[in-house]
This record gives sequence, structure tokens and C-alpha cells, in this order.
Amino acid sequence: MITVLNPGIYSTVQDFGRPGFANIGVPVSGVMDSYATKIGNQLLNNDLVDAVIEITFGGGKFKFNEKLKICVTGANFSPEVDGSSIEMHSVVEVEKGAVLSFGKKIFGVRTYLCVRGGISANKMLESKSFYKGITNSSILKKGDILSTNAFQLENKKTLSKIKIDDNYFKAKLIECTLGPEFDLLSKIQQEQLTRNIFTISNDNNRVGYRLEELLENQLEPILTSGVLPGTVQLTPSGKVIVLMRDCQVTGGYPRILQLSEEGINVLSQKTTNDKIKFVLK
Amino acid sequence: MTFKPTYKLFGDSAILIEWPSQINELILCDILYFKNEIEKNIQLKDCIVGYNSILLVYDFLIEDLASKIESLHDLYQNKEMLGEIKNSHWKIPVCYDATFGVDLEYISKELKRSIKEIINLHAEAIYTVYFIGFLPGFLYLGGLNEQIIIPRKGTPRLNVVKGAVAIGGNQTGVYPNESPGGWNIIGNSPISFFDVQKEHPCFASPGDEITFESVSLEEYQQIKDQVENNSYQIQQVK
Repeated sequence: MITVLNPGIYSTVQDFGRPGFANIGVPVSGVMDSYATKIGNQLLNNDLVDAVIEITFGGGKFKFNEKLKICVTGANFSPEVDGSSIEMHSVVEVEKGAVLSFGKKIFGVRTYLCVRGGISANKMLESKSFYKGITNSSILKKGDILSTNAFQLENKKTLSKIKIDDNYFKAKLIECTLGPEFDLLSKIQQEQLTRNIFTISNDNNRVGYRLEELLENQLEPILTSGVLPGTVQLTPSGKVIVLMRDCQVTGGYPRILQLSEEGINVLSQKTTNDKIKFVLK
Repeated sequence: MTFKPTYKLFGDSAILIEWPSQINELILCDILYFKNEIEKNIQLKDCIVGYNSILLVYDFLIEDLASKIESLHDLYQNKEMLGEIKNSHWKIPVCYDATFGVDLEYISKELKRSIKEIINLHAEAIYTVYFIGFLPGFLYLGGLNEQIIIPRKGTPRLNVVKGAVAIGGNQTGVYPNESPGGWNIIGNSPISFFDVQKEHPCFASPGDEITFESVSLEEYQQIKDQVENNSYQIQQVK
């Protein structure tokens, strides 16, 4: 079991979400950075899609009430166990009573605390991912206690540590393909969209990222139609919005680009004032 | 009437199927029959219906778009068009009292119609559920009387209360939960449009019909109490 001593700014339990419920308007949700999560689960010999704790902007403090194997991936906020720093992307055995905390930001936004066996929580609509109105909690709070799934000790040798290319956190380039309404944009707009550098506004969260720079726009709204995590919308006032994992299932703004899974992962490690550039796959 | 839906790759693992850009019950029927056929034959991760579209989300990267489109086209041509699309007709209680209908006075001035007239025009129509989107349990309804079409608010409200009944453009709907929203609010419904504890969290399906029934503040409170202790049954006309 893990006790949340301090949830930090924004921490949630996430797995790979609940696709398949769009027919009743339910967002997909799930970990923002699926790459970082899979690395942690892989190193721990978990199922790749096991539930983890997503910690936004570091700051959290978690106490382990039993001996556990953990792995911290994603954003590097100088993780420490009982005051001694631990390595990112490496399996660490923690003793009963040990406390994980975070310090200075090195890079990234979202850190994943993965534990051997995965976080256990009630599944609602086939997923443990927190979402207001669907799961009982929508964020982790001080004093919350999380269970972990039991696991068999295995002799199988696995890598317990890997080196991650930090460039993925520093990358400006966000990989995408054309959205269904891209063709409706003028040549000039198309060029601006794929050549300009955009700045992430302070309106960025699990639902979506709004960008600062406007794209002059004459496009009419479309009849409400399906959208996906990673869909880039253009509002009538010229605002560019990149939808993220907790986004609604339908929208009425033209869909001008679609981020790849990798594009979503890279963007999820960016925040206010970071610069990005869309690059077509 | 026959349509020629178009097929487009959307991202690297989804296909968008589109009908002409209209809100039209013939298109809705065509979409729902096609969707049934697709779901019978293809394993999908998700399937998102819009007014004039179906977005098929596959569980893998699509590398053979042409052959995928060809098999979808075959399914479309051979789809079964049997069975009732309009399954149910639901009666939804709405209290149009000024306590809830915070924009009624504004709409009345803008449209130069009395508040009573606006309420009557909203409550006497039969609406069709086109799809559920935006938020869990948010029904996209067609059938708003043209006489009460009013543009959305320039700046959306940050907090629209749960149950708010609103109109915006040629659409009307009920906010299933507290959320931001840009439509004009005319009333509130005490019933629950999304309850994750239920086997079917949302009672309505695309193709269903909805009518709104005006209730007094007292009746509103009674129904709300019943909803809270789980004894309320939504009225079904058919």
C-alpha cells in the first residue's frame, strides 16, 4: 500500500483509459505520456498497461507501507527516497516506511510512479483512470491510500535500468498528420501552421493545450463530429487548440492536424511558454 | 434516398466517414444502419457518431487504407436496413422557472417574444437524439423550433450548473454535469442524464425521441428527491 503524504499540485491514477464508450460521450482519458508509462511497466515486468500514478509538476510525497519495487519515469523532478536521490528509469526496491519525494525540476512536466504489480483501484467503465463524474476521486488527496496488485516473485531476468534519450523532453517538433479539414485552409494558413513556431499558453491541461499565436481564420465551424486525443482544432477567433487525453469525444471546430501517439507524448511533457513546431509525418 | 459517404484517413489509426453537411433524419438513419453493420463485422477500439459522420478508431496503425475503404464500402452497400431506429420516446421534466431560466429575459428581448411563448415553443417540439457527445450523457438534439434560434453567447460561462437546459444556434440540450458552456439557459431538469453506477449510464440512444415537459418548482423538487433516493423512473411514451 502507498499513502499519499502530499499529492503535489496535481496527481491522478491513470491506466490506458476507457476507449469504447464514445457512444455515451465518455472521454478516453489515460496516461498523458504513454511512452514513459510503458517504459516503467516494462522495467518492472508489469503489463504495459498497468495503472500508475501521474504526477504533474513534481512536488508529491508518497509513503510505502510495504516493501515494493518501484520505477520513476517521465519528467525528472530529482526523485529521492528517504532523502537520497534515486535514478530515473531504473527499478528501485523500497523498504516498508520509505518515503518518495521530489526536488528540483530537471526536465519535463509529468512524472510516472510505477510500482511492481501496478496500482490497484476500482475499474469504472473498464478503466481505473481518474475522471470527474466517472471515478469516485478526480485527483489524489493527502491521506489517500492506494493498494498495489499482488505479484509473483519471478526469477526471470529483466533489465532493471535503461538510458533514455533526454532529447525527447527538449524536442520542439511535434509529429502529426493532416486533419480532415486541413484542405479547407488557405495555402498561407497551411504554411503558417507547419512552418511557424507556436508557444504553449497557460491554458494547458489533461483536456487540451491552447497555443498563444493566432492563425487568421475564415473557416466556419463544422457540424459536430468526432475528435480524438491529439486532434488540433482551429476556433473561429483563430485560436489553435490541441486536444489531449481527457478531451471531449466530439467537437464543432475544424480539425486541421492530428498528432501521432508520439506527438501527444512529447507535447504532454511541455508546459506554459514552451515552444513547439508541428512537423508532418 | 441513397447517399455516397466519403472515406478519409484521420491520423494514422482512424477512418472518418462523412455524409453531406446537413442535420437530417435520413442521414441519421443511414448512419445508424451503417454503424450497426460495421460493429457486427469489424473489431474497433471506438466508434464516434456525429451529425453527418462516423469516426472509426482502430486498435492498430492503418497501412492498407484502400482495402479497408473497399470493405467498408461493401458493408455499406449490403447493410441491413431492418429494425426500428427510433427505439424510445422519453419525457423529460424541465422547470422553466426564472430561478433556473437565467437567460429567458435576455432571449425574450432579443427575439421579441414573451417568455411564455419561448417556453411553449421549446416544450411542444419533439426532438430527435442524433448522438451523445461533448460530455458523458450530453444529448445532441435536432428539432428546435426555428422561431427560438438564438446565437451562442460570445463568451461562454465558466460554470453552467448540472441539469441546465439551454439553446444555442439551432440546437438545444441539457448539461448532464456542471461544465463550461456557451448556450443560453432557459430551465433545469431534475433527472440524471449520466449515472456511472447504472448498467446503462445514459438512458438515451441515437435515434430516440425526446419531449420536454414543463414542471413547477414544487414538482421539480419532488422529482429531484426521487432521483436522489433512486425511486424516479423516467417516463417513456413508447
